[in-house]
Amino acid sequence: MSVAGQTSPSTMTATPAPAVVIDGLHKQFGALTALRAVSATIHTGRLTGLVGPDGAGKTTLLRILAGLLTPSTGRASVAGLDVVVDNDAIHHATGYMPQRFGLYEDLSVLENMRLYARLRGLDTTRNADLFAELLEFTRLAPFTARLAGKLSGGMKQKLGLACALMARPKVLLLDEPGVGVDPVSRQDLWRMVQALTDDGMAVVWSTAYLDEAERCDSVLLLHEGRLLFDGPPQRLTAQLRERSFRLENVGAGRRALLTAALDLDSVSDGVIQGAGVRVVLRAGAASNDIRALAAQARVELAAVPARFEDAFIDLLGGGPGGTSALAERLPPVELDSPSAVSCRDLTKRFGDFTATDRVSFEVRQGEIFGLLGPNGAGKSTTFKMLCGLLKPSSGQAQVAGHDLRHATGAAKSRLGYMAQKFSLYGLLSVRQNLEFAAGVYGLDGATRRGRIEDMIDTFDLGPWLAAAPDALPLGHKQRLALACALMHRPPVLFLDEPTSGVDPITRREFWTHINGLSRRGVTIMVTTHFMDEAEYCDRVAMLYRARLIALDTPDQLKRRAIDSARPDPTMEDAFIHLVEAADLQLAAA
Amino acid sequence: MSTPRARMQALVGAHLRRFDGRRLLALVYKESLQALRDPSTLLIAFVLPVVLLLLFAYAVSLDARHVRIGVVVESPAATAQSLAAAFAATEYLDAHFAHDRREVADALVAGTLRGFVVIPQDFEQRLARPGDGPLLQIITDGSYPNTANFVGNYAQGVVQTWRTGRDGAASATPLALEPRYWFNAQLESRRALVPGAIAIVMTIIGTMLTALVVAREWERGTMEAVLSTPASVVEILVGKLLPYFALGMLSMLTATALATFAFAVPLHGSLAALLLLSAVFMVPALGQGLLISSLTRNQFLAAQIALFSGFLPAFMLSGFLFEIDAMPAPIRTMTWLIPARHFVSSLKTVFLAGDVWCVFLPNLFAMAAIGAVFFLFAKRATRKNLEP
Amino acid sequence: MRRLPSSLSFTRLHAQFIKEVLSILRDPRSRMIVFAPPLLQLVVFAFAATLEVRNVDVAVYDQDAGRWSHELVQRLHSARFIAQVRVVDNPAQVRDLLDRGKVIAALAIPADFSRTIAAGGTAHVQVLVDGRRSNSGQITVGYLASIAAELGAQADTDGAAASPAVVVRHWFNPNLTYRWFIVPGLTGILALFSALLITSLSIARERELGTFDQLLVSPTSTLEIIVSKSLPALAIGTLLGLLMVAAATGPFGIPFSGSFVLLLASLVLFILSAVGIGLMISAVSMTQQQAILGAFAIGVPAVLMSGFATPVENMPLALQWAAQAIPLTHFLIIVEGSFLKAMSAGDVLGNLWPLALIAIATLSMAAMFVRGRLQ
Repeated sequence: MSVAGQTSPSTMTATPAPAVVIDGLHKQFGALTALRAVSATIHTGRLTGLVGPDGAGKTTLLRILAGLLTPSTGRASVAGLDVVVDNDAIHHATGYMPQRFGLYEDLSVLENMRLYARLRGLDTTRNADLFAELLEFTRLAPFTARLAGKLSGGMKQKLGLACALMARPKVLLLDEPGVGVDPVSRQDLWRMVQALTDDGMAVVWSTAYLDEAERCDSVLLLHEGRLLFDGPPQRLTAQLRERSFRLENVGAGRRALLTAALDLDSVSDGVIQGAGVRVVLRAGAASNDIRALAAQARVELAAVPARFEDAFIDLLGGGPGGTSALAERLPPVELDSPSAVSCRDLTKRFGDFTATDRVSFEVRQGEIFGLLGPNGAGKSTTFKMLCGLLKPSSGQAQVAGHDLRHATGAAKSRLGYMAQKFSLYGLLSVRQNLEFAAGVYGLDGATRRGRIEDMIDTFDLGPWLAAAPDALPLGHKQRLALACALMHRPPVLFLDEPTSGVDPITRREFWTHINGLSRRGVTIMVTTHFMDEAEYCDRVAMLYRARLIALDTPDQLKRRAIDSARPDPTMEDAFIHLVEAADLQLAAA
Repeated sequence: MSTPRARMQALVGAHLRRFDGRRLLALVYKESLQALRDPSTLLIAFVLPVVLLLLFAYAVSLDARHVRIGVVVESPAATAQSLAAAFAATEYLDAHFAHDRREVADALVAGTLRGFVVIPQDFEQRLARPGDGPLLQIITDGSYPNTANFVGNYAQGVVQTWRTGRDGAASATPLALEPRYWFNAQLESRRALVPGAIAIVMTIIGTMLTALVVAREWERGTMEAVLSTPASVVEILVGKLLPYFALGMLSMLTATALATFAFAVPLHGSLAALLLLSAVFMVPALGQGLLISSLTRNQFLAAQIALFSGFLPAFMLSGFLFEIDAMPAPIRTMTWLIPARHFVSSLKTVFLAGDVWCVFLPNLFAMAAIGAVFFLFAKRATRKNLEP
Repeated sequence: MRRLPSSLSFTRLHAQFIKEVLSILRDPRSRMIVFAPPLLQLVVFAFAATLEVRNVDVAVYDQDAGRWSHELVQRLHSARFIAQVRVVDNPAQVRDLLDRGKVIAALAIPADFSRTIAAGGTAHVQVLVDGRRSNSGQITVGYLASIAAELGAQADTDGAAASPAVVVRHWFNPNLTYRWFIVPGLTGILALFSALLITSLSIARERELGTFDQLLVSPTSTLEIIVSKSLPALAIGTLLGLLMVAAATGPFGIPFSGSFVLLLASLVLFILSAVGIGLMISAVSMTQQQAILGAFAIGVPAVLMSGFATPVENMPLALQWAAQAIPLTHFLIIVEGSFLKAMSAGDVLGNLWPLALIAIATLSMAAMFVRGRLQ
């Protein structure tokens, strides 16, 4: 970390001044308070994570630091420059990557880079070396001529980062750069940011993914505009000593066991990890209950090291309960076909480009089936063909026994669909969205009224009925989207990156419902970049370069990645291992 | 990695100015690429003017030609036949002969005829006793007033000429008008309409397109990224506007070239004056687009407002299609606030009359003044941050 | 319990219809934008769009100053279409006034004017007209000619030439009130633009916001999507049209002589064909910007070719054929005919079937484009 000081001594002051000083920052938007009395210091040469649930004020804080918003009261300075007084200079000292990339989709990779280079006063002809370096750094060199709109999510993030890095700012502000990025690209991002901090830059990384926060040098934890924690993540995690456990190798009963565990008073949080269940006890709670539960289920209970995520959930008062009110109300699903979703030799070609190449698999009823793969591997093309959004070039796809090509209507009425952006009608109220969802699936009369009332009760949407979906808190918005997708009680539910950019608490609530649905016999198809989510799946299909390269349980996939360096690989390790192995195989062939 | 950083350190000091040519150039380049890559931009900037000019040249002709009228010849007399022949001979009327009034009356309702002339049974007698009453009757379709007027006047003229030809100089009128049309001797309406086409297309590009593209940057979030760079508001806005300024001028030149070379519309004034007028007109047009988008930051509303405040007034109230003098006083007053009105008035002069600076100067001043007001408001509505 | 999905289900259609109506009308801002501007435009343009000539100035360069020239100037002063008669005393002033567009025409009365008339000859007055205003100039000359004719009649004591040889009668609109023509026409144009803009944005907006995928995974059919997107625009367009027809017959006092039922049927078919064009544009557009500009690139030429600005029969034959493909062309004939001409059912139907044909063609094309998106 001292490298920076040595390479350009003239620019560094003798004692390393803090990169960012925030002092009593307060920000008000009308009646809404986004930030309350936030004070913190961010140091150079370090990666600082900015974490917190949705609506905590992360984006507002970053925008103030980037000089895009003015604080209501309080002060903030970046690289010694006041964000209000020296607003012009702030833009030279900071690099900022907004949540929506800020890329021009109809410009190519190189054109985007040139634009931001010139805006930051760089001469692009004399800085060919810098461009080559950045392209190498981001591994975007083969794609310089591609339009930004045609890049995959991960490549967009890397390009956004490259643009923010032009002219080497002293402070780099990144707003949720990890959203929609596959594990391989995420590794690249980390590598890039690591190199920058080693070089003396201060990097602020805002995120809702807590495994990312865990890798930061320091963390600022915001909640409802307040700073709850400021320090290295290990310090927060350390407070949770001996409260994390794992119920090992539970197998088929793990969802029921998780529900039971979460319903215990002594348990504050729990998630599924492959065949096991991971739980966190409340502060001061004894482990008697959970031990009894383990004994009852005849599974082993192992103490595991605490994660930052455990501490985060604990600090915010624990996760939601384990029982899904939704699943309780749902009658068990009966399916007359042996497989809920199946495809044989499914292929999609766009011109001479093959997006999906002879993919075959079968999904059993009640299974949670994950579709994983790096950005651009053909995952979403396959997914779209399975739910009828794209017509296959060849091969077959069936949903609940209905062929998508011939009995499109029949197949479509048996599936529910929830997309990444929730796809709610922003111009309609919450109730009108529910009415629409019921109507478009052909429900009418008493059935329709009954179902809508059911959904309102189940998801506690009563107080929000007249509001526009965009006015809802993220968690409620997600509930509404799920309610709309389930209105017609489909036996098969398709989820397209359902929790992308969603904070851990909202994510847990969502998975509580999904687990409940699965126990009622609903088949779930899910695509995700979020490896914790893959752990919830019964089986995972891994797509890479348009082909199916692996299809197995999460535990088996992890087992394949075991080597001397990684005796206990994570799902992310397994993902990267599979991709690297496939690359090797391709190179050999 | 130390060299770029050292360089950056040096640059920070040098670039703490408000305005930087290279940054502006980068923004202009970016915007031009975007504009040229979107087929809808090219459609509006280059295809629409051509279509409009073609339509103005061939379709929107205010010069009536071959207007279909019925000629009912009830009289078998030779004089009646001779008058009917006079109607048949004119190139402005397309005479259809009939024997029954009811037949042509029905055609008039159906809209297949625009008028008819009845040469009555007793035409010979009426001709013999002038002064007793009218010779014949001309009926027009009043539901199209302009055409009706033309048919009435022209048919009257045909009869007049026919009579003069018969009587010789006997009934010479004591007072004859000799009209001479300056600037447009052939009275071709396309000459008067070309300026309108230019004004309409430049309004669409300047106001509508600009409002859309600025609103789009807000909607897509790219504005946030650009605002976080050292580029100043002035640079961002000028960078946004310059390409559309150029596009508007190019579109104008395309239209002018097409009009002068293909449709033989003369350009009596100088090209320099035309360029100056167009350039100054782009100021209020762009300013209006910028103001609309800064206020709405939403493409749907921006398009609607630009339609109703920019495009339709330029079409209806600029004086290229409808006479401003004939409008009621409140609307006449309103037209002074419409930049296209001043532009159209100057364009007509520069095309048909020449460089008449006493016409141009007040128009130039008015356009610049309206533009300045728009920009003042737009500047106030755009701040260099994301504060709502 | 579950009904077999068919290509047209009332429940699904109803749900989508409500959704479409709410998307347009729930927001008060867009509610205002949909209804207020067209009605306002109707009022402004009804007065502004006129090809009559009023309030113009003319110059007189009187070199005679005799009895008859005085008489002529006097008549010009009292002419209703002239706002001001500017008397000038040299040709340079005439040129200047014309150049600057201060006067639309200038009359040069020769020195022997009164003498020639008194001697029974034909006196010639030169009229210099501003050809930049070609149409108004022509009409002005027409007005001046009738003043000259009146003056000639007064001078010609014989009275032989004074008897009107020809009587011109304007049927349906005896005073040739331009507003009687413009207001019914505007009804069609403004309703067309509203329907076009609403529908051209409808699919493009859902696509940009991602809700279109949600719609496509539901069992709803392409037919239902097209029908549900057509109906609200159809309802709004028709309502706007009716409001404007009411304004035309009420405040504007334009006589309505035809069949209201037939006009309503034509209005519905007309809006439906406009909706088809709008949906076609929307289905091929990638973004809202493209949809809006596309609607313009189609709408503006369509209005110019429809016969509103100038009669269709003035155009070359090829364009006359092309004009038949424009819904507005047919609707204009029906609406003008229904207001002023008491157009018969047969004549209305003659213009109604092309509207139906255009509507069917455009709506099927729109459905094809939407379906093509799934490939």
